[in-house]
Amino acid sequence: MSTFEFKKNIHLIKILNLKATNINELIEGLKKIPLNSVYYHTHRFLKQHQSISPEPPNDFAYWIEKALNMKKLSEIVASVNIVEFNKLWELKNKYIEVIKKNTIPYERKKKCNKNEEFVFMGCKTFIIPTGDTASNLPEFYEKLKIIESSSIYFHIFESRLRIDSQINDFQLWLNENSYSAVAEEIGKIDPYNMTVENLRRKILNIIEKHL
Amino acid sequence: MIENYKNIIGERKVSELKIIAEKLKNKSILNVNSTFKGGGVAEILTKMIPIMESLGINIKWEIIKGNEEFYKVTKKFHNALHGVKEDFSQKDFEIFTETNNSNIEKIDMDKDIVFIHDPQPIGLIKAKKDNKWFWRCHIDLTNSDKRVYDFLKQFIPKYDGCVFSSPYFSKTDIEIPQYLIFPSIDPLGEKNKEIEKEFIEKVFYDFGIDIKRPIITQISRFDRLKDPVGVIKAYNMVKKHIDCQLILAGGGADDDPEGVKVYEEVLEERNNDPDIHILMLPHNDLIINALQRGSTVILQKSLKEGFGLTISEALWKEKPVIASNVGGIKYQITHKYNGLLSNSIEGTAHYIKQIIENPEYGKYLARNGKEHVKENFLITRHIKEYMLMFLTESDKDVIYF
Repeated sequence: MSTFEFKKNIHLIKILNLKATNINELIEGLKKIPLNSVYYHTHRFLKQHQSISPEPPNDFAYWIEKALNMKKLSEIVASVNIVEFNKLWELKNKYIEVIKKNTIPYERKKKCNKNEEFVFMGCKTFIIPTGDTASNLPEFYEKLKIIESSSIYFHIFESRLRIDSQINDFQLWLNENSYSAVAEEIGKIDPYNMTVENLRRKILNIIEKHL
Repeated sequence: MIENYKNIIGERKVSELKIIAEKLKNKSILNVNSTFKGGGVAEILTKMIPIMESLGINIKWEIIKGNEEFYKVTKKFHNALHGVKEDFSQKDFEIFTETNNSNIEKIDMDKDIVFIHDPQPIGLIKAKKDNKWFWRCHIDLTNSDKRVYDFLKQFIPKYDGCVFSSPYFSKTDIEIPQYLIFPSIDPLGEKNKEIEKEFIEKVFYDFGIDIKRPIITQISRFDRLKDPVGVIKAYNMVKKHIDCQLILAGGGADDDPEGVKVYEEVLEERNNDPDIHILMLPHNDLIINALQRGSTVILQKSLKEGFGLTISEALWKEKPVIASNVGGIKYQITHKYNGLLSNSIEGTAHYIKQIIENPEYGKYLARNGKEHVKENFLITRHIKEYMLMFLTESDKDVIYF
């Protein structure tokens, strides 16, 4: 039985020297940005859902609605199902494809107001140990109750996309330690449609059934 | 000292800070700005340095020294970077360069990490050896005067990274890494800690302000960009309908020679209204704390604003805030959710009336405001991000501890 080490991530936000004032520039920007920027603009909201602040689904969709007033396109961009993508470059291409497909050349030139440009950002990620470990399922269950939400966030979202894995860290460890049934059930959850705290409860409920 | 923050941010967040600080144990860090007191930068450094020392970090703070002429030039730079029209002569740029050069000889910058704050000491970068240098720009550069910006820009490429308070302040022609780090407040500092109700009442009594009637307050130094005259105009509109009072309180900063002039303009605009209290205060955080806590509504009607820490201060005290929709303010306030954003004097007056007439609405905004500050604008988050920046390696996106 291997030991699971709970880690967490902290982000330092980078401002890229790239801005967009219309859809054309957004598409061009998307082509140029590094993958950590795609990650930042599509996952930032998940961390911030922990607070009571109402956040938009992702930065691209939010800007398209608020700065360009293109509600339908915003909704379509927000509806891209991130969980279906294991690689950030695939996700980036999907956004470009969806935006192109749902706009006509005239719409792509419509400019936002001054000071409402889309500022492309990215992040440096620091992965730090939490000091919490688990050597079996009951221990894992107990630790999962108390670890910080940023630890759940890291193991479920970031590690999967950053290591190009089909599954998240929890599933990986559970599979390796003969808890495949638990791993399979966890794999069915769409973590993008709930707060991190609700995700914690959902995983705890699944494990509970197997204890 | 860091242990004191456990009750506010929790034990795990404090442990996180200790883990990060451990990585900086063998590094020496120097901060340089232009004043030890007055203004947001000095205030943040005053709080931050002792906390970082308590985390075991070897950190120092120095200021550059200049004569009156230098500060007049840097004030003009400050205004011009904010987009205010100023006249410059070649002599102004020479004064700036000479003062920076003379400070290179006076300050020991042989440290592992040198962190320069704002434009005044930006030219110290000439002293860079093989150590890491960062530049923090607290100013919104989007409408900056080209001549001043181009002059300052020559120094930027030599830095290892620069920090902005808002993504909108940054420039696309800066090639070095740009980091987004919001400023912060210290919840345990004199200005933000809990204080006795009796003390608050005494402060208001001493200033001759009736704490029982609605009080509108703006705490800011006397600076045209804070629009104190606009605040009085908004108050006059409200006063027609509501029996209220106005406090405009602030001090001067050592690096701001314009303060007295603006103060005099504000006194004139007051027009002898006894319900308008213009308070030029000596540096006293407890009095500011009391004035904010005893007020009904807090304003920050800036025409330009780097960040506007007074907003986070007021939100932390669960006070409803009305602020201008400019600069970094929109990161602190989401309109109608944790405060109100105004775009005009008329709008400011309208929102003041809304809050005074609907106290429950004000409480709702204020409650959300406090949560938002706790999550995003406390000094502990700020320290964490500075430490992470010091630890960055240019070629790595992911760093494992």
